[in-house]
Amino acid sequence: MTTISTEQVAAIARLARLAPDEAQLETFARQFGDILGYMEMLNGLDTTGVEPLYSPVQHATALRPDEAAPRCTREDVLRNAPEADQEFFIVPRIV
Amino acid sequence: MSDTSTAIVSLSLADVRDRLARRELTAEQVTAACLDRIAATEPAIAALLTNRGEAVLAEARALDGAGPDPAKPLWGVPLTVKDALTTAGTRTTCGSRILGDFTPHYDAFAVARLREAGAVILGKTNMDEFAMGSSTENSAFAPTRNPWNVARVPGGSSGGSAASVAAGQCFGSLGTDTGGSIRQPASLCGCVGLKPTYGRVSRFGLVAYGSSLDQIGPLTRTVEDAALLLSVIAGHDPRDATSAALPVDDYMGALAARKDLSGVRIGVPREFRGEGIDPEVSAACQAALDKAQELGASIVDVELPHTPYSIAAYYIIAPAEASSNLARFDGVRYGRRAESPRDLADLYVRSRAEGFGDEVQRRIMLGTYVLSSGYYDAYYRKAAQVRRLIREDYEKALARCDVLCGPASPVTAWGLGELTSDPLKMYMMDVFTLSLNLAGLPGLCIPVGMGGRSGMPVGLQMLGRAFGEGDLLAAANVLSGALGVPGVAPACEGA
Repeated sequence: MTTISTEQVAAIARLARLAPDEAQLETFARQFGDILGYMEMLNGLDTTGVEPLYSPVQHATALRPDEAAPRCTREDVLRNAPEADQEFFIVPRIV
Repeated sequence: MSDTSTAIVSLSLADVRDRLARRELTAEQVTAACLDRIAATEPAIAALLTNRGEAVLAEARALDGAGPDPAKPLWGVPLTVKDALTTAGTRTTCGSRILGDFTPHYDAFAVARLREAGAVILGKTNMDEFAMGSSTENSAFAPTRNPWNVARVPGGSSGGSAASVAAGQCFGSLGTDTGGSIRQPASLCGCVGLKPTYGRVSRFGLVAYGSSLDQIGPLTRTVEDAALLLSVIAGHDPRDATSAALPVDDYMGALAARKDLSGVRIGVPREFRGEGIDPEVSAACQAALDKAQELGASIVDVELPHTPYSIAAYYIIAPAEASSNLARFDGVRYGRRAESPRDLADLYVRSRAEGFGDEVQRRIMLGTYVLSSGYYDAYYRKAAQVRRLIREDYEKALARCDVLCGPASPVTAWGLGELTSDPLKMYMMDVFTLSLNLAGLPGLCIPVGMGGRSGMPVGLQMLGRAFGEGDLLAAANVLSGALGVPGVAPACEGA
């Protein structure tokens, strides 16, 4: 059985820029223990010498001419921003 | 609903398309019939996140004004699209609160293809948040209900698309399939769902979940309709580097050319039989295989020996990719931003913590964990090695037969709320669909009747060789034609 502590979950959450509360930490810790425990079955399979498969693509990647082309305007890109002026995304001051 | 509206929404996509082309029906009549059906069924099933409503009637009238166009194979046909695909000018939420009222300025490749073909996009369908789920209960907005019995789930994550098609709100829908998210809801809702070969349909404009697994495909009420939609959305797109620059086969020609199943070798993987499958599912799938034999197919016993490892491998690889893909949701460029952030880090953390639901947070953290230093080899690399073994299983099995068959889901649609408290148990529901995405191969699900105990639809998966969609669709069309399809579901309270 794999055990994951609430401290470990809090550390993972920090890396993932998430902030679970105390109750969520408890729940996630229990669930991660179950899920990662289940995944231990992979250790029972000998994969020595097996080349990892990261993408199923077998066809050749098509190339295209490296030509600049307009696809959208600055206005298009800024339209969905929670905060922006006419030119930039605005975030809290960082320096 | 008027009798005329009911008659219209019961037609197949191919049928309504032909009647529109012959001007026996106008685009406005057909669109209005769908809007009536949406109004009648939405309160019971909640299949849509965005209903474009009256706006689509204006589009339909404009089409009628211009007249049918033989160059547009979907001229005047109303469809819906999963909310994971961008639609220019129409809100795209991906089932999440973090996207807020995000309104893209561009269409996904597949959506643009539908519009160019003359389709009318009625609205956007409900889904598990970021396509993470098997029941559509992880939607941040509301769960969709199964139109055959509204106390049950429609499956997921494309549950809104499947429910919308089964309920007769539209003539077809686009879904996405990362681990079974087209085939499993098609199975639970009694419709046809096709997951194309990885690379066959461009992912441009699809909100990414597991980039090496995601594919877009059609959900329809007949196999012919799925072939028609695939003909429209398949093809190379330079904006998706994994899109295949291979010619698109003539799927409609492939269907016309096959009248029976003579010469077709159907492989039945030992791992897709027996233990863990509800007897009513086994019985309906076996009856379909018996029918296939009557139609001339031969049955071959095959093995996919690494199937038992597919859930573990998938739930490492998909969350790993998701944790990376979902890093872009930070409250800066689009979507929801937390109120009065202390500083930039606080803005990121609180926007994400408040914006993502529990299952999404669970998968982001699982992915972060398996990719973290010290665990990468034990989890991610190991899972990728298993992924190769799974693909080799398929290659060996498909060398001995033309198509593989098995259930798409071990059970028929379950009740709302039954599995939500135990994520691992929910993951187990994906046991028959996940491995196909790991292998990158095409598969479709057809309805094979109602379960003897539950009275709910059972689906049979048919899996084939890379870029072999034509053969797959042709065989499925013969079998489904002989078995019959359930048609439009009642989609009302007390159904």
